[in-house]
Amino acid sequence: MSNLTVLADAPVLLVQLVVSGILVGAIFALVAYGMALVWGVMNIINIAQGEFVMLGGYVVFFLDRAGIAPVFGIPVAALVLYVVGVALYHTVIRRIVGRDMFTSILATFGISILLQQLANQLFSADIRTVRSGLPSLFFADGMITIPEVNLVGFAAAVVVGALLVAFLRTTRMGQAIRATAQNARAARVLGIDTDRVYATTFAINCAICGAAGGLVAMTWFIQPYLGLTYTLRSFMIVIVAGLGNLSGVIVAGAGLGVVEDLAGFVLGSEYQTAFVFMLLVVILVGRNLWLARERRSLR
Amino acid sequence: MQRSVKTLAAACAVVALAVGAGVRTAAAEDTITLGAAVSLTGKYSVNGKNTQDGYNLAAKVINEHGGVKVGGKAYQLKIVYYDDESTSARGAQLVERLISQDHVDFVLGPYGSALTKAIVPITEKYGVPMVEGNGADRGLFTKGYKYLFATLNTSDYYLRAAVSILADEAKREGRDPKSLKIAIAIENDNFSQDVRDGVEEDAKKYGMQVVIDDKLPADLNDMTATLTKVKALKPDALFISGHEKGAVLGIREVAAQRVYVPMLALTHCDSAQITEKFGKDANYAFCGSQWDSRMTYSDRWFGNPQKYAELFNATFHYEPPYQAAESTATVEVFADAIARAGSLDRAKVRDAIAATDMMTFYGPIKFDATGKNIAKSMVMYQVQDQKYVVVAPAKWATGKPIFPAPQWDKR
Repeated sequence: MSNLTVLADAPVLLVQLVVSGILVGAIFALVAYGMALVWGVMNIINIAQGEFVMLGGYVVFFLDRAGIAPVFGIPVAALVLYVVGVALYHTVIRRIVGRDMFTSILATFGISILLQQLANQLFSADIRTVRSGLPSLFFADGMITIPEVNLVGFAAAVVVGALLVAFLRTTRMGQAIRATAQNARAARVLGIDTDRVYATTFAINCAICGAAGGLVAMTWFIQPYLGLTYTLRSFMIVIVAGLGNLSGVIVAGAGLGVVEDLAGFVLGSEYQTAFVFMLLVVILVGRNLWLARERRSLR
Repeated sequence: MQRSVKTLAAACAVVALAVGAGVRTAAAEDTITLGAAVSLTGKYSVNGKNTQDGYNLAAKVINEHGGVKVGGKAYQLKIVYYDDESTSARGAQLVERLISQDHVDFVLGPYGSALTKAIVPITEKYGVPMVEGNGADRGLFTKGYKYLFATLNTSDYYLRAAVSILADEAKREGRDPKSLKIAIAIENDNFSQDVRDGVEEDAKKYGMQVVIDDKLPADLNDMTATLTKVKALKPDALFISGHEKGAVLGIREVAAQRVYVPMLALTHCDSAQITEKFGKDANYAFCGSQWDSRMTYSDRWFGNPQKYAELFNATFHYEPPYQAAESTATVEVFADAIARAGSLDRAKVRDAIAATDMMTFYGPIKFDATGKNIAKSMVMYQVQDQKYVVVAPAKWATGKPIFPAPQWDKR
């Protein structure tokens, strides 16, 4: 508990932990957007989510090596992953839409293993990083540091989130996606090409992950096996935020980042992940109790 | 359906017999067969390839020098490989297969402590000597294994030298080592925790105070929590270890958050390529390493470390990391011991290995009763001006350690 006294003595550190938690959480939120979208519209839990992040990271890495700055690399990564998404949809995903969730989990798990091993064969297990070249900002006599690359990640998460909401609300395709999410059969009856809607939804998810992967490569590192971290975290964020709640996703993402940082500081980093998942259990149990009460009052 | 299954089974049996017979006849033609399950795919594939390259170069050069003489007859070395896919269960299976189906004479170690741990029970069961160069976990040498020998230093030695440098430099500045505070952020796996134990043991010996002792999670991707603590408690040294990932994150985040510590000590710097990746940001970091090509060891087959490095580079087109060098040394141990044993009998060769006392380009090799090499010492580098400068042991030092590291705004 001595770590708590440190925090009490220097509350400025709390600001550091919260701020960097929010900034880091935004990147997780970005990945979670995509997962929420696919889950909500197609009823598929995509276990390969983290692998799309990893692939996006490699696109940015190789472009950077070829002399293209990550700022331009990230949109390209999104584009490349969009194409990957369309291809995966037509080969695998379309066969599992509407099937039982267990099938979709198995199929996407298979995709995730395939992508991991392919990346390992093609790019080797070396740990790669992309240098953003961005400096850090200092506040409070250097006690608070914010690497600018984290701000970029945060901004990107907010912008992509806003674009996604605007896309779903205003465009024809967006409306079609929402209609399909509400009732796929009715949408088909009304002439919506749900196959195209699903393909677009899945590809958009991949594109979002691709962009997030670029940010991950700039902020931390990438390697073929990093996927699970992002899949698990985005899964958790979607669960906490609730399906179909895109603004909830960014709040839950930031919250996850903050809680991880605080738990890491106070309890030590070995309990960082454990604490977060314990909290997930508490939230789920709590929500269930709360919902049960709601149900009672409805009766 | 059932018929096709039967046909398939029959076909498999035929193939297995043919493969087995192939190895048998090859063995008859004056070859000594060594077997190795190394990680050619999966998360250890980079280091697995280093290991394989190290083995191959050793076999090639020893064969070119006339092979191994046993009782007046020259034998050529041959190595049979399998890919353990970086998983322990697969490694154990494959070694079982190497011994009981492929009938290899001896076994070479896999890459890494985890895989080595999975394999030893099998080699012990069959009484097959295994010399390994990549399993540094101390736990491997406390179980009374008889057929296991390691050419490398155990992992608790990776950063001990950094603790002594810290104490010496503090004394030089007129400070009592007892007043020093250190922070430890080391990954939560057997190997890395051994590194941690070594640091803690030596720090205790000097009376230093451990103010942070974080165990980094395996899915580590961000060290903000630990580094914020470092900022608050201002320790004199920060020890970070967690394979390549730990080195990369350590340098990246310490620099990005401008966390100042007089000494930053890491492991796996060269294999993580921190100088190439981070340039100036990697400066002043201390790094523990098993080997360096600038050492002045001599070797029967390769001449010396420099010549080894040149030959390795010419053959595989990259600088040999220590993971390759220690693998080469394991094959040398076999060649030396088999010649001394004058026989391919496993028990005799085992005893000959146990009596090894040789000099190699990788360093002196002499095993204690538990099978670990007690003759060689670790190398401590410091990154100075984006180059690795050897700062310990003093005998091979190419420069003096810079301590304390300058503040970030003065770099």
